[in-house]
This record gives sequence, C-alpha cells and structure tokens, in this order.
Amino acid sequence: MAIRVKREVCCYCGGCSAVCPRNALDLIDTYLYIRKDLCIMCKNCIKVCPLKAIEVVE
Amino acid sequence: MKFDEEFDVIIIGAGPAGLKCALELAKRNVNVLIVDRKQQIGSPKRCGEGLSERWFKYLEDIPKGSDWIKQKITGVYVFSPSKKMLEIDTERIGKIGYIIERQQFEKRLAEVAIRYGAKLMLKTNVYDLILENGYVKGIVANYFDEEIKIRSKIVVAADGVDSKIPRIVGINTALNPYEFASSFQYEMANVKLYNPNYIEIYFSSKYAPGGYVWIFPKGKDVANVGLGVRNAEKSAKYYLDLFIKDNIERFKNSSPIEINAGVVPVTKPIDKLVYNGLIIIGDSARMAHPLHGGGIGISLEAATIAAEIVSKAIKHEDFSEKFLKEFERKWYEIRGKELLKAYKFRRFLERLSDEHLDILADIFIDNPNLIIDITHGKKFEAFLKILTRKAPKLLKLATAILKI
Repeated sequence: MAIRVKREVCCYCGGCSAVCPRNALDLIDTYLYIRKDLCIMCKNCIKVCPLKAIEVVE
Repeated sequence: MKFDEEFDVIIIGAGPAGLKCALELAKRNVNVLIVDRKQQIGSPKRCGEGLSERWFKYLEDIPKGSDWIKQKITGVYVFSPSKKMLEIDTERIGKIGYIIERQQFEKRLAEVAIRYGAKLMLKTNVYDLILENGYVKGIVANYFDEEIKIRSKIVVAADGVDSKIPRIVGINTALNPYEFASSFQYEMANVKLYNPNYIEIYFSSKYAPGGYVWIFPKGKDVANVGLGVRNAEKSAKYYLDLFIKDNIERFKNSSPIEINAGVVPVTKPIDKLVYNGLIIIGDSARMAHPLHGGGIGISLEAATIAAEIVSKAIKHEDFSEKFLKEFERKWYEIRGKELLKAYKFRRFLERLSDEHLDILADIFIDNPNLIIDITHGKKFEAFLKILTRKAPKLLKLATAILKI
C-alpha cells in the first residue's frame, strides 16, 4: 500500500504536509513531493486534504 | 539573484510574518535576508483575506489607498443552523475591518522591506539548517538546482502552515489533523451580496461540519466564498459546492475568478518558540486565531515583537535560547494567553449540536458585544452566568471546558 496524489485535483495548499508526522510530504510551489519510504500510512494527509486529492493505492 | 554573503538574520518564508519581521529588522539596520521557495510571493493564497483595523498600527510603513485594500467591513451577519440571523454592527462599537488583496499586500510589504535594505531570494527551498555546537548558524537550500549554504547569526522560521524548519531542531510542528480546518474557497464575481460592508458567517453541520461558511466581500459584487470543515466525511469542496447550490439565487450568474484551498490551524500556538539561534513566528508556530482562523494580524504583531528581541540579541551578541526566551514570554503575555482562552472556547463550540448552537445564537442576539469579547478571550465568567439563566443544560459542559 502507498499514498498517491491526484495531481489534477491538488490545489497546492500544503495541508497534507502540515499534518504529516514523518516529513514524507513536501509541497514546493505547486508540486507535492511524496517520500514513500518515509510514509507510515497514518492517513493524516487524507483526512485533512480539502479536495480529497490523496488516495491509497495497492 | 543569489545573495550568499553572511547575514545577521535569515528569515525563512516571505509571508506576512516573515516580511514584516524583515521590514522591522532592516529598519534597524540589521542585515537581513528573506528566502521563499515559491517563485511568486502571496500566491496561490490560502486565505480569506480579512484584516481587522486594529492591526493597521503594524502597517504604518505600507502605503494605504493602494491596491491592496479592497473593501471596508463595518459589521457581521452570523447565521445559526436554523438561519437565525445575528447582526453585529461592529463599527458602532469602534471595530472595523478590511478585506484585502493578499498578493498585493505581500508585495507592498516586500517592497518596503527591500527599500529599507532587506534582501529577498525566491525559488529558494531551505531543506536543512547549519548547526554548530547546538546553535543554528544558517541555512542549507536548493536554489535553481544548486546547493547553497548561507550563514547567519539568527534564523527566523516563518515557514507557514506546512512548516518543517523547527522540526530540524526537534520542535515538532506536525499536528493532529483535527486541529486544522480543512478549507476551500472560491473568489467569486457577480455575487448577490446582502451588504458589501458586512461579512457573513454561517454555522451549520450540513454545510460546514466542525467549522463555518464565510462570505467576505471584496467589492460590491465580488467576494471570497469559502468554508472550513473538521473531521468531515466529504471534501471541503463538496460542502462548498453544496452551499452554493442550495443558495443558488445569490450565485446564479456568478463564477469563480480564483480557486483557493488551505488548512487553517485552529489549535493552540506551540509552547516552544525559540531555540539557540532560532525564533519561530506566524502560522509555523500556529499563531492563528482558534475561533475564526485569522492569522495575518497576529503574525504582524509577533513579527514586530520578534524583530525587537532579535535586534537586541544582535546588539548583545547573545543568540542563546535563554536570551531569545524573552520573545516567548513577551508574545505569550501580549497574545498567546488570549489565544489559549479562545482555543478553550473553540473546544466548547465543537461539542455543540445544531440545536445548541441555536440556543447560543439567541444568547448572542441579546448580547451582541459578548461574542466579540469572547473571541478576545474575555468575559467567560459573564458568559457562564448567562448560561445559568438561559441555557442550564449547556452549563456543565461550558464550565468543564472553559474553567480548566
């Protein structure tokens, strides 16, 4: 399992990155970087995203 | 443009907090650099753009009458879940506000800071700090794919809601997702406004579970229409589209001219605001109002206090946490304590059902000034007394949360 951002939906607010306890997400300007190796699948980012732009993929 | 000489102070983040801090430091002839990872400051905004006039004392250097002040606000319409309307004429009690153009506002702040001598570098992503003997001594950043190291005596972290810098020295800024309002907004043109001088606030578990809907006029028919939700089932965008659909008579011939998303900290400020060679200000330190989410004014004030302490530290050549603690003490005294009280009230509000919120609306309709006092963390005792008389069933909960 891993998280994935739907780039067509993301509105670049950085909310996901603000609640990530492991620094696995970083929004630089309009691009969200995801470090899958750091992600612990806590799903905080999914809970807080105003667009529900982050999803879990197998 | 790259500036890589040594600076007295490096500020990370060119938002209201960082820019104001830079302006104040440059004014005192402190050699200051601001860096921001975006290529344009102030955009995309994550903001409803409201600013109370009481904060304008921190903007004396910024030309007024320019393009950044969009609309004067003299009152508020608050709607309860059953659409009871509470009208607060804030001008009558000497409180007015403005809806601003955030991007122009930040540009004007930056221009003035630069005129005073501050340097600004964009597209500069700070990913590490220079640490020596337990002191922060500068930044490590990526600038157009080049690793650069810039040294300074003090670093100010003003890196916003998605702050990472304090985490490098072990100050955890990551928070529970329920302590943020997940927010979505359209800036809309050709909206039917009730009154362009009044902002509108709607409490409703249908449209904004755990938060509220706002309409902030930016002109006679232009407005930021947005909402924040917490712990909600659907996306913030879903709720906003629903609100607009159900109020279509006001939005029939309007369209968005901007789409904004954001998460608003509606939590307590962080406890620890300083470290050896580091000060944390603004959204990064969760310096936003826990009840309404506003943070521009609070940030301007914190930046001003920080600049005062930082310039003192430079004069005394003491950059220790112990010396910088004065900032923490002073800010908590001036603003932090109030925000902690307002946070308690937010905790109380979030426990209320729509029916309870309607009862509260009745109380505030009878006591319109009380709602403003409570927002400022005052008159909790008076509020509890009124509950005893008018809503005894809410008293136990209110006492438990507000008195601790």
